[in-house]
Amino acid sequence: MIQTIGLTKRFGSIVAVDGLDLDVREGDVYGFLGANGSGKTTTVRMLLGLVLATAGSMTVLGRSMPSSGREVLPQVGALVEAPAAYDDLSGRANLSLFDSMGPSAGRASRAGRIDDVLEQVGLGGIDRRPVRAYSLGMRQRLGLANALLRKPKLLILDEPTNGLDPQGIREIRQLLLELNTQGTTIFLSSHLLAEVEQLCTRVGVLDRGRLVIQEQLEVLQRPTGRLYVRTPDVALARGLLDGQVEDHDVASLLVRSDDPAGLNSQLVAAGVRVEMLTPERHTLEDVVLEATEPGSDRVARA
Amino acid sequence: MIAVELRKLVRSRRTWITILLIDTLPTLVAVLLTLTDVGPRPGTGPAFLSAVLKDGTLFPLAAIAMVLPLFLPVAVAVTAGEAIAGESQAGTLRYMLIRPVGRTRLLVAKLASVMAFVLLTVLVVAVTAYVVGTLLLGHATGGSSTSFSGTALSSQQILLRTLLALGYAMLSMLGVAAIALFLSTVVHAPLAATMGTLAALIASTLLLTLDAASSLQPYLPTRYWLSFVDLFRDPILWHNVVHGVVLQVIYVAVFLAAAWANFMTKDIKD
Repeated sequence: MIQTIGLTKRFGSIVAVDGLDLDVREGDVYGFLGANGSGKTTTVRMLLGLVLATAGSMTVLGRSMPSSGREVLPQVGALVEAPAAYDDLSGRANLSLFDSMGPSAGRASRAGRIDDVLEQVGLGGIDRRPVRAYSLGMRQRLGLANALLRKPKLLILDEPTNGLDPQGIREIRQLLLELNTQGTTIFLSSHLLAEVEQLCTRVGVLDRGRLVIQEQLEVLQRPTGRLYVRTPDVALARGLLDGQVEDHDVASLLVRSDDPAGLNSQLVAAGVRVEMLTPERHTLEDVVLEATEPGSDRVARA
Repeated sequence: MIAVELRKLVRSRRTWITILLIDTLPTLVAVLLTLTDVGPRPGTGPAFLSAVLKDGTLFPLAAIAMVLPLFLPVAVAVTAGEAIAGESQAGTLRYMLIRPVGRTRLLVAKLASVMAFVLLTVLVVAVTAYVVGTLLLGHATGGSSTSFSGTALSSQQILLRTLLALGYAMLSMLGVAAIALFLSTVVHAPLAATMGTLAALIASTLLLTLDAASSLQPYLPTRYWLSFVDLFRDPILWHNVVHGVVLQVIYVAVFLAAAWANFMTKDIKD
């Protein structure tokens, strides 16, 4: 769906994006992670033809961008940073105005499509109030509605849950997952690890303009080869598993082993009461922090 | 896209308030003329005003001559200055471009909408001025008017020349719009584009009064703005009008080309 080769953007002497090789496949929910200022937004803008790349090439939906924008962009829905709307028009009037721009998506179906997307994003009961009077969360929902208006094959979303309360975040997450099962590929740019962890199947991590990780989420969260055991009989277990215990505290142990079932029967046979036994996994946070440096919004003394 | 921009134009409350404000000045002048019956001495004051006292149907021309040097350029500079920079500041520009609306298409639509605004303003001013003029100042007897050269002009001649004059005024405003549109693609704040345009026009007007700048004067954008008055001489004095047309066409071509070149290669970052 999205493929970039050596995508690079320089602003003067600053390299914002450096030799990016993205690969987003059909059906992915792709989490594009990176600290503030790592180049996420610049990348999103390049994919949409808003910012022109200094070097490299990219294809979106199999066609080269930005030269095929006229064919590609009608099939792409996007939220780029904050949503934007004409403040003195109502939400509905805004959607209608944006829908009448560019290649027509069918004037006859417009009112129906607007009703549909407003319902989808939870603004079904919206009245004629101008957008000026909307809350941050309502604007965010309206922005999403605008992105969904033409039933896109690919959604490019930059921080889509910005300004939403926990209920709203969950609602939007469910909506995105639902769209994904219906066949929409989603490219989600975010700095919220938890959001990406809950939503995405594939993750790319950007660090100061470079792609440092691009992998399936499950692979990143693979087991560490250690088992976490909770037991009241820590001393007994340590004696039994001499040499295998890598760490322990008063109520639990970390055991180097790749056979949870075997370890469990061994412990139980020796009379160790096991409250919980689970493979330890790498967390996305560890993986990301290990691969990246502090964000560019931190300005340390050299 | 032009239709979309026109829709935005006529829906905007600001459009109508601006037109109303512009329309106030000539109406006020008509009322004052009626109450006092004191016209400017021939050769002073706004064009046509002395003639208006004799024939109210000429008042639309006088009204246009009043709003052209200041009000109309200010309104055009505001509207065209906002064209790209305003959308950019509101964040709507990026959502337009990814719809996708081609950048060239957007520029053309914006320019068309600015010119539609000028046409609308000129028409409203002309119509109100005609109504106010005939009601307050009355008709001339005999169905003909007097040209600046003292000969009689038929109503048909007046109409034709009025249309030419309106066209000329539109072209002059297109020149202003081109400058403002160019600046609008350069700066971030719409206000900067508007003020930049006005600064250029004020500088031009100032240099026109300075003898030392006489070698520059034929190339200044405001030099021939009021030359449409020459269309009402008998026979028509074409010299300045033609110069004005050529000059404005050059300004429009240069600044639109610059606006296009700049906008096509611009990174949309806000």
